[in-house]
Amino acid sequence: MAYRLALAALLLIVLAGCEREDRRFRPSPSAANILNSVQVSGLHPGGGPLQGGPALPGYYEESAYAVNEGKRLFNQYNCSGCHANGGGGIGPPLMDPAWIYGGEPGNIFATIMQGRPNGMPSFRNRIPEYQAWEIVAYVRSLSGQLPSDVAPARGDDAYFKPAEQAMPKQTPTGITGVPEKKK
Amino acid sequence: MRLARQVGSGLVWICGSAILSDAQGSILRPAGAQAGNVEWLYWTIFWIAFVVYVLVVLAFTRAATRNRVRDKEPVPVLQNPPGERGALIAVHSALAITVITLFVVLGMSVVTGKKVEGLTSKNPITIQVTGHQWWWEVTYPNSQADQTVTTANEIHVPVGKPVVILTSSADVIHSFWPPNIRGKRDLLPGYQNAFWMQVDEPGIFRGQCAEFCGYQHAHMGFAIVAESVDDFSKWLEKQRKPAELPTDEEIGRGQQVFLSHACVMCHTIRGTGAASRMGPDLTHLAGRHMIAAETLPNTRGALAGWIVDPQSTKPGSQMAPNPMSSDDLNALLAFLQSLQ
Amino acid sequence: MAVADPIIASPSERHERLARTWSDGRGVYGWFTNVHHTTIGRRYMITSFLFFVLGGILAALIRLQLARPENHLLDPDKYNQIFTVHGSTMIFLFAVPMMYQAFGVYLVPLMVGARNIAFPRLAAFSYYIYVGGCLLLWGGLLLNIGADTGWFSYVTLSGPAFSPGKRVDFWAQMITFTELSALAVAVCLIVTIFKHRAPGMTLNRMPLLIWEKLVLSFMVIFAMPAVMLVSSMLLMDRTANTHFFNPAEGGDVLLYQHLFWFFGHPDVYIIFLPGAAIVSTLVTTFSRRHIFGYPGIVVATIATGFLGFGVWVHHMFATGLPQLSESFFTAATLMIVIPTAYQFFCWVATLWTGRPQLRLPMLWVGGFFFVFLIGGLSGLMLASVPVDQQVHDTFFVVAHFHYVLIGGAVFPMFGALYYWYPKIVGRMANETLARVHFWLFFIGFNLTFFTMHFLGLRGMPRRVYTYLPEMHWASLNLIATSGAIFMTAGVLVFLFNVFWSREKGPIATANPWGAGTLEWGVSSPPPPYNFLNIPIVSGREALWDDPPHQPVVSGLRDDVREMLLTNSLDAEPEGREEQPGPSIWPFVSAVVVSVVLIGSIFTLWAVVYGIVPIIITIVGWIWPTQREASQTRSHEKWSVAP
Repeated sequence: MAYRLALAALLLIVLAGCEREDRRFRPSPSAANILNSVQVSGLHPGGGPLQGGPALPGYYEESAYAVNEGKRLFNQYNCSGCHANGGGGIGPPLMDPAWIYGGEPGNIFATIMQGRPNGMPSFRNRIPEYQAWEIVAYVRSLSGQLPSDVAPARGDDAYFKPAEQAMPKQTPTGITGVPEKKK
Repeated sequence: MRLARQVGSGLVWICGSAILSDAQGSILRPAGAQAGNVEWLYWTIFWIAFVVYVLVVLAFTRAATRNRVRDKEPVPVLQNPPGERGALIAVHSALAITVITLFVVLGMSVVTGKKVEGLTSKNPITIQVTGHQWWWEVTYPNSQADQTVTTANEIHVPVGKPVVILTSSADVIHSFWPPNIRGKRDLLPGYQNAFWMQVDEPGIFRGQCAEFCGYQHAHMGFAIVAESVDDFSKWLEKQRKPAELPTDEEIGRGQQVFLSHACVMCHTIRGTGAASRMGPDLTHLAGRHMIAAETLPNTRGALAGWIVDPQSTKPGSQMAPNPMSSDDLNALLAFLQSLQ
Repeated sequence: MAVADPIIASPSERHERLARTWSDGRGVYGWFTNVHHTTIGRRYMITSFLFFVLGGILAALIRLQLARPENHLLDPDKYNQIFTVHGSTMIFLFAVPMMYQAFGVYLVPLMVGARNIAFPRLAAFSYYIYVGGCLLLWGGLLLNIGADTGWFSYVTLSGPAFSPGKRVDFWAQMITFTELSALAVAVCLIVTIFKHRAPGMTLNRMPLLIWEKLVLSFMVIFAMPAVMLVSSMLLMDRTANTHFFNPAEGGDVLLYQHLFWFFGHPDVYIIFLPGAAIVSTLVTTFSRRHIFGYPGIVVATIATGFLGFGVWVHHMFATGLPQLSESFFTAATLMIVIPTAYQFFCWVATLWTGRPQLRLPMLWVGGFFFVFLIGGLSGLMLASVPVDQQVHDTFFVVAHFHYVLIGGAVFPMFGALYYWYPKIVGRMANETLARVHFWLFFIGFNLTFFTMHFLGLRGMPRRVYTYLPEMHWASLNLIATSGAIFMTAGVLVFLFNVFWSREKGPIATANPWGAGTLEWGVSSPPPPYNFLNIPIVSGREALWDDPPHQPVVSGLRDDVREMLLTNSLDAEPEGREEQPGPSIWPFVSAVVVSVVLIGSIFTLWAVVYGIVPIIITIVGWIWPTQREASQTRSHEKWSVAP
């Protein structure tokens, strides 16, 4: 009896040491050099393959809370005004695999912070970096890049597209440099 | 011994209830007829309950002790206990009294309910309260769009006049509860609830969200400011105006800081280019008596701390930290404190 | 009340054969294959008490956080998880499993004179599924993915948009586990009570506890599906992207509340009625007379069971429903007081006209009277719509439900645990320690929860992780926290008493309290086969009303696990049935079902692929043994040995 209790207690302690879900209300800003090391054009001297961009700081794509915050911010900062919940309109769609300036997390972060020609505003100094990373994680979930237990479920809105957790995973095509033609 | 203990506890119950009747924010300190009716009903039911409690507890104590046997070993069973008939009469009488008492309580409750909800007025002021996580959007609708007033967390009402509160929620279920004035009503997403409210005393009455709504449910307060009809009209007129142009250089710089930092992403200040509906309307921020949904006083220091790091006062709230240089912060504060 | 020789275990060939047939397996495999009701009942008691303690630790953390204004012991995220898991643990993992399942599974077969519970493998399965639910909820808490939206988890906060991640999914699926467990026990108990009563135990002679378990089992069958439905709808909204509670697509947030409380209110009666039945049992035994008003109490129990389904909207008085509808539910809520009041009056009448012997368990009955009554009377206030609209969702309500749940269930539970301790363990519990436990717990409880009435009246809402200093709630909160210390001390004394008395307590006879129900006719603890011979019952208190020479049933086989089947109304013998012996299938099925249910939170394919193992375990479970295949049910006429 005592042996069983001890075993149970040990199991509980072991369980308590497992990896936890992380929810940060005030994530510390990431390293500043992301913006300098991201490649937003497919052209570079000497040809050769494209170099990968810097990875997303660990926490954002692993925390359902962070991705959901990204969804909330995407809606509240009116990204839908141009990108229409991922389907595109004035701006290009975000739920397809084609990326004009690159679909890697660092590229999307750079796009949000720097702005882009032909209409994408620069949000530098307007939104904190950690919120930009949260939005990056959300945008990547729009094309199914995130596992379904992290990606957001349906919002409490009218049903206009499948929930991000139900999106099939699409392989991003890298930097195309060309806006998608409207059909 | 047990009797003394039980009576003593009952006395504690009375005294306790009596002590708190002067507490602000208490349902037993009504500032209007609605809360007054509830207070009356509460005390009436309380005294009925108290009498019932004393009687039952006394009966139990007497029953358990009058024929008490102190043997440790089980004594023989009484196969034909005396007093069955008397017990039968007693039990059924008690039951009858219980039923009658319950009907009385039912009647009083229904009548009081009708009184509380029975306010009426020809052209009441209508106030739309929309719950957000974790603040209250307050709108005074008007048929003319430029006469509509939008503010946050502070509701002004004229004393002695019934107003209609329309409630809805932008996200989850909240509950609008000003204890001194009336009982609560939930703010349900997808529903528009409406109820009457009337404050009969001037003053500032704090209310709080009363339905668990997430991380900062604990800090989602609001205030009802009841003032004379004239003061109310003046306040409403002032709220309709956009923010005044900056009067000095520092305030002007502060406005620039506001428009070039994250502030503009979430807040509206009518009269400037900031028009986001994500967070509370700040057009007349300086006129409010508290900030951050009745959590912090509206002072320069509290405002500074709130702006720079809201997450330390309200972790989990939707306002991000805004680190900035102290020059910028001073200018911004000057600007915000000019928004009367 | 003399113990009848023919039913108590005594060294004899018959005892040897019965003990061999009915004994449990040995070792680890034996532990997992056990299907005897006393073992399963004991496991339920130990596990649910463990979760009572764990839930209490969470409560202590809540009180520590609230002791001072703007305290930083717990951040809001941790606090939300802690209060949610506290409430969910206490209701789903402690109150129903202890009051209904533990006492039901252990006591019902003994009290009706059966050798085991009906469908013993189903009873074992119910325990393993219950443990699965416990592990799911607490595993979540320990991994920082504990449910965090309140024990009733209203939408839209608990919906997909505002509760990201798996937290609420774990909560919703835990509901499925625990309710499946309760439904399984309900089936077992109804059949045991209707078909396995000892001959002569007509419905009119059933102990009140049996009547209560019968009513409760039907309540469980009608109430649990509502909550399984609503938790499944929530899960589907969150994982399968349905729109049950999405206002923008025609869903309704109030639908959730109606469905939840349609279950939730009967649930609290499922927790309280066992307490009332325990009080009836204790009052009977310790007044040394039959209970006054037996038929009335039976009717009152049934009436409470029915009326309990008609009052759920009183949890929703603040939502803005029409006044007339709300008044109807005020009337129903007040009406449900009547059967309970009747029971109170009968208990007082029994004591008054009896010869009370205030032994140890009666201390808890006294505590029940004092505490539950306050809760019931504050319920009168809450029944009234205008008052409720002021105090709903405040600490006044927290005080009310702790008074009715702790007063109405925990106090009788402790009384029951001390009362049946000699029967379960075979030794008497230490009286001095037990009294210390009572007073510590009683004083601590009132310190904590009485003050909460005032906090609620002063405007403190519930589920707040902190409060502002200027609200003047600080001193009352500090008093409330101090009470928690006493309660903790009391429970620790209880635990010490339980373990110490197991080794050092005086050996218990079969019937130390001189009680009248059948379980006191067997040795303490009962042998694996319960009764050497099934007794014939001739009165409401079987041991008090038995004639000088106790007639018993003869002819049941003792080389297989055979149970007597009797008629539902009059308990005339009808036939006999062989019960399954130890089996691994309940455990294996429980594991498979748990895996499928937990997997379905993550992917709906788990349900599809999980069908195959479930079918395999069902087939394994019902595969007939050699003997069953060749035997037919016999319907011989029965003789009664004088």
